Amino acid sequence: MRALALARWVRAWRVPARGHSGHGAHRPPPQQKVSVEVLDHLEHLALVDFRDSEGVERLQKAIEFADQLHEVNTDGVEPMDSVLEDRCLYLREDDVTEGNCTKELLQNAREKVEEYFVAPPGNIPLPKLEERDTFLQGS
Amino acid sequence: MAAMAARACGGAWRRGWQHGRGVPGPALSPFPRGQRAVACNARVGAVPAGKSGLAPWVPVVGLEIHAQISSNSKLFSGSQVQFAAPPNSLVSFFDASLPGTLPVLNRRCVEAAVMTGLALKCSINKKSLFDRKHYFYADLPAGYQITQQRVPIAVSGSLSYSLCIDSKMSQMVTKTVRIKQIQLEQDSGKSLHDDTRSQTLVDLNRAGVGLMEVVMEPDMCCGEEAAAAVRELQLILQTLGSSQAVMAEGQLRVDANVSVHHPGEPYGVRTEVKNINSIRFLAKAVDYEIQRQIEELENGGTILNETRAFDSKLGCTVPMRDKEGKQDYRFMPEPNLPPLILYDAKSLPANMNHQQVINIDWIHERLPDLPSVKREKLVEQYGILPEHSFALLNEDGLAEFYENVVKQTRMKPKRVIGWVLNNLLSYLKQHSLTVKESPVSSFLLADLLNLLEKKEISSTAAKQVLAELWKGEGKTPLEIVKEQKLQLLQDQKELEQICQAVIDRQENEVMAIKAGNLKVLNKLIGLVQRETQGRSNPVLVKQLLEKKLEVATREKPHK
Repeated sequence: MRALALARWVRAWRVPARGHSGHGAHRPPPQQKVSVEVLDHLEHLALVDFRDSEGVERLQKAIEFADQLHEVNTDGVEPMDSVLEDRCLYLREDDVTEGNCTKELLQNAREKVEEYFVAPPGNIPLPKLEERDTFLQGS
Repeated sequence: MAAMAARACGGAWRRGWQHGRGVPGPALSPFPRGQRAVACNARVGAVPAGKSGLAPWVPVVGLEIHAQISSNSKLFSGSQVQFAAPPNSLVSFFDASLPGTLPVLNRRCVEAAVMTGLALKCSINKKSLFDRKHYFYADLPAGYQITQQRVPIAVSGSLSYSLCIDSKMSQMVTKTVRIKQIQLEQDSGKSLHDDTRSQTLVDLNRAGVGLMEVVMEPDMCCGEEAAAAVRELQLILQTLGSSQAVMAEGQLRVDANVSVHHPGEPYGVRTEVKNINSIRFLAKAVDYEIQRQIEELENGGTILNETRAFDSKLGCTVPMRDKEGKQDYRFMPEPNLPPLILYDAKSLPANMNHQQVINIDWIHERLPDLPSVKREKLVEQYGILPEHSFALLNEDGLAEFYENVVKQTRMKPKRVIGWVLNNLLSYLKQHSLTVKESPVSSFLLADLLNLLEKKEISSTAAKQVLAELWKGEGKTPLEIVKEQKLQLLQDQKELEQICQAVIDRQENEVMAIKAGNLKVLNKLIGLVQRETQGRSNPVLVKQLLEKKLEVATREKPHK
């Protein structure tokens, strides 16, 4: 619900910008559906499961929402990647102040062997699209 | 000097190769001593032609080196850095990626990276950024590694290294490899694969330890060059103290990128070779991979852009499992860390706490003498050859040992070097001892060389004494000389008498010598030696015999 309200706010903000024609504002790119290949790739990479068409719809909407950024003319503007960019990066002295809490760390582990965490043998890749039971197959 | 090639895709650089001296055959690599490496044929003008003898191939080798930073605590957390500790005992909540934890940068790690960058003649970026590199693996609990992908701490440097170009190790050539960049990044934990129970055991002690990744441009062309470059980097890191760079303890890890192509054509597909555990194996792995690619292509096959592991037992590379397809690391800026700002003397801020400020110039002023500088100083100070200074620096503690001997003896440094490199070092190597473990100290060796210098013993006798000293029984050289009666006869008259006696006895030989066969003189010298039980100075004996027989022989030039 909050997302919708935000979307409405962004659209409202957008309207005056459109009024300034010849301002150099970029048009949003044409609406395109996210392809099955990209969805499959995402499922592999991030191990998310879109589960059903509603999940994909939500992704689609999120992309459209973010596309509104294209309205803004960013020519010659350095992208900001952190609101911390003007902050000072704190430097710590090279002292040993942590560690030695093996028991605490292992208490959450489902399986352990002599103070080692236990994991499956290597990466088990997601099966290929054809071999998976996923709704993406039908798309 | 041939133009260097860049690895930019679509780049139209040509790679020239050195015009060599036409010396064929395998060259001895200086590091480690006594190990042979496949000849880098590019140095001698020809390039491996493969079996069909058709178009030659140009191998291209680039290296990615991870050096563990020598620090007390980790890059972003306060847990200890230590090799071999109980599993998961050196792990903080941040290292285990528990929610609610944040990275806090370790000042010492930044200084180590700046030192290394300066030593490798890089430009230090006064503003560098941290990024996240995402991939899933059991020993990477966060699911991403914090690294510096967009703007690393140092860029565009170079490393000079030397190689022997002939088998006699008497001629060295200097080469340069460009350093693309140096970046700070986290190490991952360790996985122990238990195939019997189909599981992996994870130890996070190493997770979060600071690494410097040094990326070398593909300016090398064979295993020998790669090994020499890495060896020089190792020495530099150890001299700086920024990393102990011991490959056996995983403090220095090397991945090689290898490809081959025909001269004038675009670069071939490259493979990445991992699991290289020593400098010797690095040379082997690279040379094997070059050969494998050449054979594959000449047989009409193709090279896959894959990751291969070096199997040291079989001496070959095999495709690595678990590295299927190209990884998409989804790099993104690390949101929890502001940019890293470094200062120099000019830009030093006035009102900042100096503990929070890293001054590049301050660090530059305090850099120790790099190996190349040390070598030059040794050559200049002692008049030894560059090859000698290389050998001295190649062995931990040997240069210091040599200098101590020189200080304590009157023998010329040029003569001492032979004893240190040939006699002492070969003994140490034979018994796999380090200089520190040597039963013969610099003091003892100097003592022995003094006896030799004063002509109290012969060179042969000195070797005998040395052999006795190796036993480490605590005897001094003088004691051994007395015990084994190795002192040279000092009494000139006695020596003359013995020479005369030999001359009188060996009529046939004397006639031969007087007739002009001067080689027979050696037999007489030998007989005198026997009479004196090896205690005569052969040079002196020769002079005496010649005088008595009134013959002059050509002086053999003394080394």
